[in-house]
Amino acid sequence: MSTPLIELSGIERVFHLGDSQVHALQSITLSIAAGEYLAVMGPSGSGKSTLLNLLGLLDRPDAGSYRLAGRDVTTLSADEQARVRSERIGFVFQSFHLVPRLTAAENIALPMLLAGIAPAQRGLRVRQALRDYGLENRADHRPDQLSGGQRQRVAIARATIMRPAVVLADEPTGNLDRTTGEEVVRLLEELNRGGVTLIVVTHDGALGARARRQLLMQDGMLQQDRQSSSGSSPESCAPAT
Amino acid sequence: MRAGDLIRFARDAATGNRLRTCLLILAMAIGVAAVVVLTALADGARRYVLNQFSAIGSNLVIVLPGRSQTGGFNPGNAITSTPRDLTIDDAQALRRASAVYRVAPLAVGTSEISVGGRLREVMVAGTTTEFIAVRRLALAQGRFLPPGDWRRGVSEAVIGARIRDELFGRDEALGQLVRIGDRRFRVVGVLAATGQGLGMNTDELVIIPVALAQAMFNSNTLFRILVEASSREAIAPAKAQVTEILRLRHEGEQDVTIITQDAVLATFDRLLGTLTIAVAGIAAISLAVAGILVMNVMLVSVTQRTAEIGLLKALGATGATIRNAFLTEAAMLSLAGALLGLALGHAGAALIRQLYPAFPALPPDWAVLAGVATALATGLAFGVLPARRAARLDAVQALAKR
Repeated sequence: MSTPLIELSGIERVFHLGDSQVHALQSITLSIAAGEYLAVMGPSGSGKSTLLNLLGLLDRPDAGSYRLAGRDVTTLSADEQARVRSERIGFVFQSFHLVPRLTAAENIALPMLLAGIAPAQRGLRVRQALRDYGLENRADHRPDQLSGGQRQRVAIARATIMRPAVVLADEPTGNLDRTTGEEVVRLLEELNRGGVTLIVVTHDGALGARARRQLLMQDGMLQQDRQSSSGSSPESCAPAT
Repeated sequence: MRAGDLIRFARDAATGNRLRTCLLILAMAIGVAAVVVLTALADGARRYVLNQFSAIGSNLVIVLPGRSQTGGFNPGNAITSTPRDLTIDDAQALRRASAVYRVAPLAVGTSEISVGGRLREVMVAGTTTEFIAVRRLALAQGRFLPPGDWRRGVSEAVIGARIRDELFGRDEALGQLVRIGDRRFRVVGVLAATGQGLGMNTDELVIIPVALAQAMFNSNTLFRILVEASSREAIAPAKAQVTEILRLRHEGEQDVTIITQDAVLATFDRLLGTLTIAVAGIAAISLAVAGILVMNVMLVSVTQRTAEIGLLKALGATGATIRNAFLTEAAMLSLAGALLGLALGHAGAALIRQLYPAFPALPPDWAVLAGVATALATGLAFGVLPARRAARLDAVQALAKR
């Protein structure tokens, strides 16, 4: 195995709430290889969302280092981090976060718009994505004209349109019924089979169990790092228990 | 983000909330329209006054007895002592100057006019036959004073329209004898009514030959000599020639004041031009108010679109991209408002011109440009704060908000 895609060492994140301090993350050391399928689980308040924000470069750690593809990204400027997000990271949110005034096609094109990709190229890739996710006849619909499953498919199409190395999904099925949730998870797993590193945050045990590797968090610390039978990577990292 | 995409994105964001956008554009439009209409009024007033002045007569050079340093009107002109009279001979001498086209001496005083028991006080102007051409006056009836020797004069009078109405009512005035002071005059002409104009009110004027007027007021001096230059270009040479001739005639001493109508016009032009700028400044306050409204609306927009801003950041937008998107939106709203205001303002000015054709209510170009520029500048300036706030939003907290 070459250098892991994601390497966290000694990550600390402290929030100040008035006078008291909350340790959202404590001495997290973790290594994730390219192409892994990982579920982060734990009760609410255990720090899993903070970990996801940190992995997505939306938040900065108070201590420790984060290397993405061998490059230390914690010391980058805000604009450089925005570039890394644009090129390497895709987000899928529980509440979809589609822009209500834009159509499905425009929502999918948004990351390319922000990255300054030429309109012709954008059109090509959006059409391909609409075909891939079965949204061809929904291209000109606004989010409020789409079903929950369709909305999340648009969100996934948007997350992958820049061909990121990592897709971070925060409770991707949380706002969906069982069958649509199932469908969305299958789409995400298909992405993972295509080589994308998939990190899912959930407190749904059934969803978490489908991942090849499960991280269990509690009180900002890694409680357990478990490889399922079908795990592909032997590499793991000692939990801080 | 590409410029074209940025503009399209800002446009979609602006049209996303129609009511907010319409109100903002309306506020900006009212501000710009106020600038356009108010400056049109002020500049119209300036033009109106200048037109009135030009109506007194063009290419005029006016000679006043007494010395004054200033070029324009001066209250001192009225009370300066005259060491040497300005005489009819002086006026006649001016006719010889090459740049001078016409000369009209003017002696002024007040006297009583009476006919058939009716009596009133009038202003009497003693002058010669060329006065009517120099002052651009028109006759309603009869003829003006006859040409002839300036030092003599027949007992004939031309009366203003109002005098005619008051003394004769519906009766025929021409050919009637009137008593002015202690002399009898025959009415030979009636001036056309001009209404209240600047300077002398010719409706209440009685005009008689200059020699008779001087005899009546027992004075040798003239009130003014009106000199008409042969062309606009000849005004300066005429002024120089008049100065020289009078200096020679007054033993080398320059004891008269010579003003040109240009100088008078320039004074009024400056005065009313300043007024226009002041009015434009007052109207610009409404633009500043519109600018604050832009800020308020954009701040609300940032708050409403917090989740969207967080999303854009997660999708790889830099702070600069988000700031530019909001600034572009503010600029577009301001521009739309300014253009609408321009159209409204021009329509308003056109309406005023339609209602009052005599009043040339046209907004000056500089005011139109300044109005639009101020609208854009305030829109952008007040858009900076909300745009910076949007750019600085914390992505995690912004995304958590729904």
